[in-house]
Amino acid sequence: MASEHPRANLQPLTLHVPEPRFRPGDAVDFATVDVPPAGSARRPDTAEPARDFTELAYTMVRVLDEDGQAVGPWDPKLSPDALRKMLRNMALLRAFDERMFRAQRQGKTSFYMKATGEEAVAVAAAQALDFEDMCFPSYRQQGLLISRGYPLVEMMNQIYSNRGDKLQGKQLPIMYSARDYGFFSISGNLTTQYPQAVGWAMASAAKGDTRIAAVWCGEGSTAEGDFHSACTFASVYRAPVIFNVVNNQWAISSFSGFAGAEATTFAARAIGYGIAGLRVDGNDALAVYAATLWAAERARTNAGPTLIEHFTYRAEGHSTSDDPSQYRSAGEPTAWPLGDPIARLKQHLIAIGEWDDERHAAQDRELAEYVKAEQKEAEKNGILGHGLHQPLDTLFDGVFEEMPWHLREQQAQMMAEEEASGRPWARKS
Amino acid sequence: MNMIQAINSALDVCMGRDPDVLVMGEDVGYFGGVFRATAGLQAKYGKTRVFDTPITETGIMGVAIGMGAYGLRPVPEIQFADYIYPALDQLVSEAARLRYRSAGEFIAPITIRSPYGGGIFGGQTHSQSPEGIFTHVSGMKTVIPSTPYDAKGLLIAAIEDNDPVLFLEPKRIYNGPFNGYWDRPAENWSKHAAGDVPTGYYRVDLGKAAIVRPGEALTILAYGTMVHVCAAVIAEHGIDAEIVDLRTLVPLDIETIEASVKKTGRCMIVHEATRTSGFGAELSALVQERCFYHLEAPIERVTGFDTPYPHSLEWAYFPGPVRIGQALKKIMKDA
Ligand SMILES: Cc1ncc(C[n+]2csc(CCOP(=O)(O)OP(=O)(O)O)c2C)c(N)n1
Repeated sequence: MASEHPRANLQPLTLHVPEPRFRPGDAVDFATVDVPPAGSARRPDTAEPARDFTELAYTMVRVLDEDGQAVGPWDPKLSPDALRKMLRNMALLRAFDERMFRAQRQGKTSFYMKATGEEAVAVAAAQALDFEDMCFPSYRQQGLLISRGYPLVEMMNQIYSNRGDKLQGKQLPIMYSARDYGFFSISGNLTTQYPQAVGWAMASAAKGDTRIAAVWCGEGSTAEGDFHSACTFASVYRAPVIFNVVNNQWAISSFSGFAGAEATTFAARAIGYGIAGLRVDGNDALAVYAATLWAAERARTNAGPTLIEHFTYRAEGHSTSDDPSQYRSAGEPTAWPLGDPIARLKQHLIAIGEWDDERHAAQDRELAEYVKAEQKEAEKNGILGHGLHQPLDTLFDGVFEEMPWHLREQQAQMMAEEEASGRPWARKS
Repeated sequence: MNMIQAINSALDVCMGRDPDVLVMGEDVGYFGGVFRATAGLQAKYGKTRVFDTPITETGIMGVAIGMGAYGLRPVPEIQFADYIYPALDQLVSEAARLRYRSAGEFIAPITIRSPYGGGIFGGQTHSQSPEGIFTHVSGMKTVIPSTPYDAKGLLIAAIEDNDPVLFLEPKRIYNGPFNGYWDRPAENWSKHAAGDVPTGYYRVDLGKAAIVRPGEALTILAYGTMVHVCAAVIAEHGIDAEIVDLRTLVPLDIETIEASVKKTGRCMIVHEATRTSGFGAELSALVQERCFYHLEAPIERVTGFDTPYPHSLEWAYFPGPVRIGQALKKIMKDA
């Protein structure tokens, strides 16, 4: 646009648009990713005010070192059984993801999303929280359900929208809801769960309850206004809530720079709100566990909310609808400097003499068989597309507690339509 | 061209002609959008004219308003129409009223593109048809194409328009017209006349409906995917209906609608969106006000149901051939 007021003697402004370091075809070198040594971050007392440890939002809490030893003040000193349980749940999650991804590719359902490479984030947190605490997940925390012992068949029923699906085929696959397992109904609209988790936590505090809330979103989603509203409320009311930001580096094709990562860390979002902020090695299950436990203690002792950034990497596509080779270098997942969370925990268990390669391989085989058997069971209830699994009139259930006249009328219209259709598929169960 | 290519071509033409046009949105830059509608544009026009945004729809809309106030012509993409809601306040209270409240000192020449509608197993948050919410707002225009040819011409007209325009793209027909039968092979735009899209500049003016099929027996008012579903259904029933593709909901081409209904004496309105307070209600009221003494049967509305969009019962929700066929029989009963 030609200016009417030429300012020729002034320096022209430029617009900065971030750019990721590597694109398809580029060789990857993550040398610039700052990975502080395991054990180097201090562990403040949970009663300390948030402003006394702001440096923890800029470094990285790490427990497992390069040799698989647990070191430093954040080592949660878990028993071998607890470690093996965590390893097993992470491996089970990976086996589940593999199987369900394949099911989508086989046309058995419409959609799936994997958590490959970030299994520690949900699994270790689940183990550190009380079963009674309420989780407000995003779509990549299926590890919470798996760790809490939610039946795999139920998850698969939901993915297949079959007649066993407790959500009556109403939700997109993987958008679970499991109230009895402390798992809030997932929304497809990003970050809406953030202020909701704060509300739940405020209610718990107002009622003198002892339960806390935990909530998850991706680093890309921290740009949403809901994230910031949640931080304000949590800070003002000192809500007993844990904010988890899963920084897996990518939001579909947009790298973390488009959420602000070039300027600061995501944990540092906490500082402006006066909230405790921790940046954690998200591929270190022990660090995730320890940070969650610490944040939970703060919440339970009325010391207020904590924001944990889990620094990790999304090793596979965003979803079954995505092809990451279109926008990022194929070399990234293997070059990721923080390794694979399952391999690292396995290495630790082996290093302390509580595990070996044979047992690990046997467990993988067992888990694969287990998931396969559960899948067979779920498929007895049908798969998406093969006939209609829900009674047709359930389409109108749950809009309101009681069905008003206009919905009753429309329901009748739909049934009449069905009569008239002559379509070969059995719609009523 | 298919509809995505036509949209891409419209953006390309506008950016080539006017250096103030810019494209922004989640994943629209290097990757070219999750539906690939902006593919190749960043490579051609550079990062300051085609860029990814943070994931904040309210931010995208507010920033677009500021850029528009500066004098640029932003074309923000909202990845799915279901995600316009976080931007609602910026769109409804700000973009749509800026001209009015500043007595024309500031305007918001923004075109918001967004894929909408069902039929792709997208569940509740990738299937909605929110047009009725926005036609209710004064100060913004709403455009919905039904062919690649119109998509390109209308998008160019929208970008050149000085008011905020919501440009909703019926994603079910991105690749080809849809006849409503989900279990039959899909058609491709390459075999369709409207898939023949010129590569250069042309406009399809806003505010003008198209009579896509002239007829005498009744008038069908439709837009987006439903234009094609209706065409297939009347062919099946052998009814000589006149199909009016509205193309622009606001401002509405009332002359074409009025002339058609007065000619045929019957009117059926079809949309995918939920029924109550849907755009069909407005159309029905207008037709009743203006054509009452010409009507030989009550106006029929065929719509989605007043429930959230379901996943597995998607085809029971979708206003398909059976629902439209039943309405046809009803309205033609004493013809
Ligand atoms: C309000 C809203 N806007 C846009 C989308 C489309 N969308 C779905 S996932 C996604 C990327 C999210 O990235 P991030 O928050 O980093 O989480 P990740 O997928 O990496 O786990 C986008 C843009 C959406 N679901 N909701």
